[in-house]
Amino acid sequence: MHASLPDVDPLITQLATAIAPTLTPDTVIVGIHTGGVWVAERLHAMLKCSLPLGTLDISFYRDDFSRIGLHPQVKPSNLPFDLEGRDILLVDDVLHSGRTVRAAMNELFDYGRPASIRLAVLVDRGGHELPIRPDFTGLTLVVPVHQNINLSRLDDGHLTLSLA
Amino acid sequence: MNLQLTSDGRLRHLLTLDGLPCAILTQILDTAESFMDVGEREVKKVPLLRGKSIFNLFFEPSTRTRTTFEIAAKRLSADVVNLNIATSSQTKGEAILDTVDNLAAMHADMFIVRHSQSGAAHFIARHVAPHISVVNAGDGRHAHPTQGLLDMFTIRRYKGEFHNLTVAIVGDVLHSRVARSQIHALTTLGVPEVRVIGPKTLLPTGVEQMGVKVFHTMEAGLAGCDVVIMLRLQNERMKGALLPSAQEYFKFFGLTPEKLALAKPDAIVMHPGPMNRGVEIDSEVADGPQSVILPQVTYGIAVRMAVMALLAGTGNA
Repeated sequence: MHASLPDVDPLITQLATAIAPTLTPDTVIVGIHTGGVWVAERLHAMLKCSLPLGTLDISFYRDDFSRIGLHPQVKPSNLPFDLEGRDILLVDDVLHSGRTVRAAMNELFDYGRPASIRLAVLVDRGGHELPIRPDFTGLTLVVPVHQNINLSRLDDGHLTLSLA
Repeated sequence: MNLQLTSDGRLRHLLTLDGLPCAILTQILDTAESFMDVGEREVKKVPLLRGKSIFNLFFEPSTRTRTTFEIAAKRLSADVVNLNIATSSQTKGEAILDTVDNLAAMHADMFIVRHSQSGAAHFIARHVAPHISVVNAGDGRHAHPTQGLLDMFTIRRYKGEFHNLTVAIVGDVLHSRVARSQIHALTTLGVPEVRVIGPKTLLPTGVEQMGVKVFHTMEAGLAGCDVVIMLRLQNERMKGALLPSAQEYFKFFGLTPEKLALAKPDAIVMHPGPMNRGVEIDSEVADGPQSVILPQVTYGIAVRMAVMALLAGTGNA
């Protein structure tokens, strides 16, 4: 199965190419911890965004908190700009149920009222449980329910996809 | 069996810092760190405890602790009910467990308890249904764990690490639940030298067994300290035979700029409040550049949010 997964770098380049014409001076890129931040960092560099990169940890907004508790390593969310009136490009590595994106949008609105939010994902693996669809997709893939697709970062910074 | 932990080692109640593993203390401090920015947002809330009911059960008066617990619960989107029971049905003779049962019948998820009797929070924790968590907000002379934790959070914020510090706790250790919680936390987190400074009448006998060094003068005790924690001298102690007078106490154990100069130049000064200015601490020190007394109050909110979030996320509340 591993052999069938494509390299990550061309997928990110492809995402950047699709996103580039839609950028406005008010666009800010926000990555969701942890994999989404890695992809967002790449996009932020490729698209030469003047505004700093934002990061979100959605642990405090998860809808399964009362069942599974707090994630052991909550990272601080960091949005070093005013959200009011911004066009937000929300970036995650894998879109599955859509619950992470919902939580991320809830959190963003606690910081202010953006003009718009669009969603870019490296992989849309299907299995959506909410009416959330990406605006930009690197790869669309049907992954069986019992399998997970993961993005990992090697010591040299190289990103790879794997099925487990 | 440890009443405070679940069978898989997660926090079930917070009653004392005595015996809590370093990993749990660190987890609380790390979680508090991630709550620090919530107070600075447009919407100062996260939805973690939405729909939970938290009862502040204060059998003994408190301003700071009760208020910061209330703010912390509200920032987690919980519903908070404050009961100052010193002025309610307890004065009509209702037993403490009857009060608790009545509140549980109102679907409480968590009790924050302050009581003048040591062990009150343990007593309630042993009694409540499995889905209810109890946080000790100060019981008699025994423990005040969230104060101890917020003090550790403050020390970590200003000093970064614990393993290279000398920390002095000054004053009425004998009657202080705060001091006991601080000593347990400091030794668990690996502070190599914890000192207590005070007159013999205000230090518990055998306090050395808690892993501290004992000093009876500020001159010896403050030398080389990174952190100086002042304790409140309760006025009622003056009425007994423990101390001659407030003036006399201030002369020997009050923290003045001159005495503070004995500690390291970058030492921080802490106090759990409320302060007796001119008794245990000089205003010049309390309001001076080395004082972190007001940041302690602010950090208390994030630390109490962390405790409540971890308790609620254990799958009980």
